[in-house]
Amino acid sequence: MRRRALLQLLALAPLAAATGRLRAQDGMAAHFGPVPPGDGVRRVFAAGPPAAVLACVLAPEKLLGWPMQMDRAARRLLPEPAASAAYLGRLTGRGSTIGLESLLALRPDLVLDAGSVDPTHLSGAERVWQQTGLPYVLLDGRLPDHPRQLREAGRLLGVPRRGADLAGLAERILDRVRSVVEAGGDEPPPRVYYARGPDGLETGLGGSINMEAIEFAGAGNVAARAGRGGLARVSMEQVLDWDPQVLLTQDPDFARRVRGHRLWRQVSAVRSGRVHVAPVMPFGWLDGPPGVNRLVGLPWLLARLYPGRDGALQESRLRGLAGDCFRHFYGHGMPAALWVGGTEA
Amino acid sequence: MRLAQRPVLAWSIAVAALLLVLLLAFTAGQYPLTPGAVLRALLAPSGLEAPMDEGATTVVWHIRLPRIAAGLVLGAVLGAAGAAYQNMFRNPLVSPDILGVSSGAGLGAALAIFLGLPLLMVQGLAFAGGLAAVTFVYLLAGAVRRHDPVLVLVLAGVAVGALLGAGISLLKILADPYTQLPSITFWLLGGLNAVAAGDLLAALPAMLLGLLPLALLRWRINLLSLGDEEAAALGVDVRRLRRLLITAATLATAAAVSLAGIIGWVGLVVPHMARLLVGPEFSRLLPASLLLGAGFLVATDTLARTVAAMELPLGIVTAIVGAPVFLFLLARAGQRP
Repeated sequence: MRRRALLQLLALAPLAAATGRLRAQDGMAAHFGPVPPGDGVRRVFAAGPPAAVLACVLAPEKLLGWPMQMDRAARRLLPEPAASAAYLGRLTGRGSTIGLESLLALRPDLVLDAGSVDPTHLSGAERVWQQTGLPYVLLDGRLPDHPRQLREAGRLLGVPRRGADLAGLAERILDRVRSVVEAGGDEPPPRVYYARGPDGLETGLGGSINMEAIEFAGAGNVAARAGRGGLARVSMEQVLDWDPQVLLTQDPDFARRVRGHRLWRQVSAVRSGRVHVAPVMPFGWLDGPPGVNRLVGLPWLLARLYPGRDGALQESRLRGLAGDCFRHFYGHGMPAALWVGGTEA
Repeated sequence: MRLAQRPVLAWSIAVAALLLVLLLAFTAGQYPLTPGAVLRALLAPSGLEAPMDEGATTVVWHIRLPRIAAGLVLGAVLGAAGAAYQNMFRNPLVSPDILGVSSGAGLGAALAIFLGLPLLMVQGLAFAGGLAAVTFVYLLAGAVRRHDPVLVLVLAGVAVGALLGAGISLLKILADPYTQLPSITFWLLGGLNAVAAGDLLAALPAMLLGLLPLALLRWRINLLSLGDEEAAALGVDVRRLRRLLITAATLATAAAVSLAGIIGWVGLVVPHMARLLVGPEFSRLLPASLLLGAGFLVATDTLARTVAAMELPLGIVTAIVGAPVFLFLLARAGQRP
């Protein structure tokens, strides 16, 4: 009797795989295996950092743990129990730092992944589902898709109301960005260089995921002149040639150094004091990870890119918007030092 | 017909190649400057030419010049260290990283980036890591007394190098994939774009201190290539000489690697090119390796910063250029009776 059931199950397996593949075609979400409906998902495993942020802002009580190392300062700004959740490792095909056995032992109701969905990701997700039987959902989407992503993830995690609320907030922020950018009219966009790495000579080329927030905010990424792609090294000669008006970085040590540096001092941005250190708490405000965490950073970015545009009240209004987003996302008021400390090193 | 038998011609070729490379290196770059503008900027401080726009002077004097100087010095150091090692280990496949200096420096730098330390600490930990790795290999090999000491050194170097490589991989797995991992990867691939004049001056004493014994002991290093027993019979204290050479080469290489990251192939290919030019005798091989190493690294770095709109990592370019050259030299050597 049992053998027959087993055979039936085996016969059905290809069918199940096929439906998985079929549903994978459906818009911005790829599903493998049936997700428990309604409030059925109580334990969610986040496959990577963007998914972890998504789950943390929507349903921190359901997040099993973190796919990345979290330092104490970041944890202090997060809602419990996510704030004290353990580091578990990430699930990304060959680069996974959690084994499938450990994954099964966590007994998740759902494996959630978010970010760019390509065939490599899809086949990796499908394999995890085939091997473990755990339902696996990949939410595609770049920055402008975050409202849809929040709504969809809220539905999956059984918190549709919260998902809709946060999606509305995300909508408001994105609309604000669009209106400020449009208010510029024919004014040329500010030329921005995003300095990464310990020496600041690492940056994102045009269209890179790391530059998404900056480019969405209407800034001209000077490194786009070196081509499109991901992260790249550039030379000081190029930075001087591009002569950016605004210098963005996440590294306060680097921002301090440029002011005394013979070469960096010749860049317009440094001469006019437009060097801004983007906050990284509790997650990066510009990138790292490229998830919904960047929504908090967008108003900050507008205030740095367009000082004075849109009236004198702009800075405080933008700050209010970032504060709203921060409070709704992380359940804490935004520490004043974050917004201000990000202005100058 | 062999170049090694016509020293004047051989040296002329080496010097001319270096001058040509220098000319190209000064005039090529991402900042648009005509050769004339480069020349005027170079002459500007002498007062012979009227001062011109500040951009050109900055680019030529504070970006291209330090970078070319770094290429010259680092290439010379890696070439000389490679030549010394190939002689000492009596093996043409040996390069300066055989005793783990690059892996140690890589682990030090990766650790510093992982911990979010500033640039100076990244360089410092890389230097310290390189020295520590070779010291460890040397002590380890000294503890094993039953085999050929050169063989034990190389094997210990390979094993420790693999161990350190595993440590680097572990840090890459643990590092933040969005911020730290790209920086670690770029560092491990090497590059001269971050070397400032100050860094070069700070590392120069260590590199000169390392090169000095190679130059002073060039005759005795020749004797090492005969084999330990023969060298000892000729009155060389082999153990002491080897220890001194390893210390010197490691000091210079660690200083070079801490500035520019891991740059392979220079220390392996350059001594072969030099041997082709001037023959295997070390008192001639050393200056030829210095000269060709300097030219090779400046040439590959010029490619790295001009071939594409972004910077190509130097380690990739030296491999792309170095490996075919190496194969060509191998094939040539095979043809000879």
